[in-house]
Amino acid sequence: METLSQLIIIFIGAALINNYVLHYFVGICPFLGVSRRVETAVGMGFAVTFVITVAALLNWTLTFFILRPSAPLTQWVWRAAGGSPSHSVDLSVLSYIVFIFVIASSVQFVELYVRKFFPPLYRSFGVYLPLITTNCAILFASLEILKHMQDPLKVWGIGEALMLAVGAGLGFTLAIALMAGIREELDLCDVPAPLKGAGVALIVAGIMAMAFMGFAGVDKGVETALASFLR
Amino acid sequence: MERDGPTALERFLNGILPENPTYRQLLGMCPTLAVTGAMQPALTMVGATAFVLIASNVMTSLLRGLLKPHLRILVFTLTIATFVTIADRFLAAYMYSMSKQLGPYVPLIIVNCIIISRAEICASKQGVGVAVADGVGMSLGFGLGLASIATVREILGSGTWFGLRVLPTSWVGWGIMVLPPGAFVTLGMLIGAVEWASRVQPHTGIWRTARSLWSWRRLASSS
Repeated sequence: METLSQLIIIFIGAALINNYVLHYFVGICPFLGVSRRVETAVGMGFAVTFVITVAALLNWTLTFFILRPSAPLTQWVWRAAGGSPSHSVDLSVLSYIVFIFVIASSVQFVELYVRKFFPPLYRSFGVYLPLITTNCAILFASLEILKHMQDPLKVWGIGEALMLAVGAGLGFTLAIALMAGIREELDLCDVPAPLKGAGVALIVAGIMAMAFMGFAGVDKGVETALASFLR
Repeated sequence: MERDGPTALERFLNGILPENPTYRQLLGMCPTLAVTGAMQPALTMVGATAFVLIASNVMTSLLRGLLKPHLRILVFTLTIATFVTIADRFLAAYMYSMSKQLGPYVPLIIVNCIIISRAEICASKQGVGVAVADGVGMSLGFGLGLASIATVREILGSGTWFGLRVLPTSWVGWGIMVLPPGAFVTLGMLIGAVEWASRVQPHTGIWRTARSLWSWRRLASSS
């Protein structure tokens, strides 16, 4: 029960309280670039959710077995090579290079796989899949998972990583879809000429960020509610 | 091959204003919004990005004869990731509290579109000298963008600049300016201001605009 409520809190935290776009400012490029129509925005959102989940699971696996301090596979190789068993090997200095390599190649594989086996899905993702490689949100999710793997006593399991990735992806989808809805209406408004386009979009995003600040503290409330509900 | 591209001086000046990464190209928005709550983290970020940008430009320029078209993006990304690891370890070793404050935004330099776009547009096509000039110019432009936003946000948000008090202590910090919404609104307003300034004198660039702002008659007649 403890773990279930923790999973729900991670999910809500990633999706609403610390929304990736409006709180951490990652994934701003597609947020400004692909938010003119609601359908395309939702398509982009789900493509990001899909890739963020795949990349986070792959990176969790690599971090858990190889990259984190005193990871099992690294320690086994270290001992097999004749190293002292009490010494803890830490490969986390390699994690940035490994993560970006995993993200770039997993986007390519996901694109090939989806094109071969799910043609309708591929047609709806369309051009967005290759664009996602340089989306900071994907790398940011992996880095956040890495941050929670440093302490050997409190290592995140695959469930936590999955919840974080899905929550972050859905939070991104929510933000970009809301933004697209507002921008469709904004086309009909008389915006001062210099602010047209990026300027007014950023100001609207600022107001949305202010609204999302209202979610601060929701995690504590949910925790209390779950504790009394599950008891 | 060196002959048909812009010269080093053109590349250098190009990055500062005509193709300013923040205001003209809208690239590298994550750090622009995330670390500009105060001047010190903003300029540390600029330093780290400048190091990675110049180093990756040099490396890409040296490797340009060996690049294969379908693998080049991967090579760029891995080069950048290597230099980002160096910058991150350096910050963690010598500026620990700043490294903690910048947190995940240092590794996020890997996916900063400015660096990969410079590798693609300039460094993979031109010689080392031009690539260095391009890197320095773009870094200065990026620094100018971040410093302008950080100035507005730090002065309005906490009444200080580089941690030194500039507004009287009676100034109550405008808290929202150092929080995420303030970043979005400040950047939106500044982009609007730059747009407006370059519209006052169309086709003549921002330098002429700055000069025209001194003579009120020309400003009044054109607006």
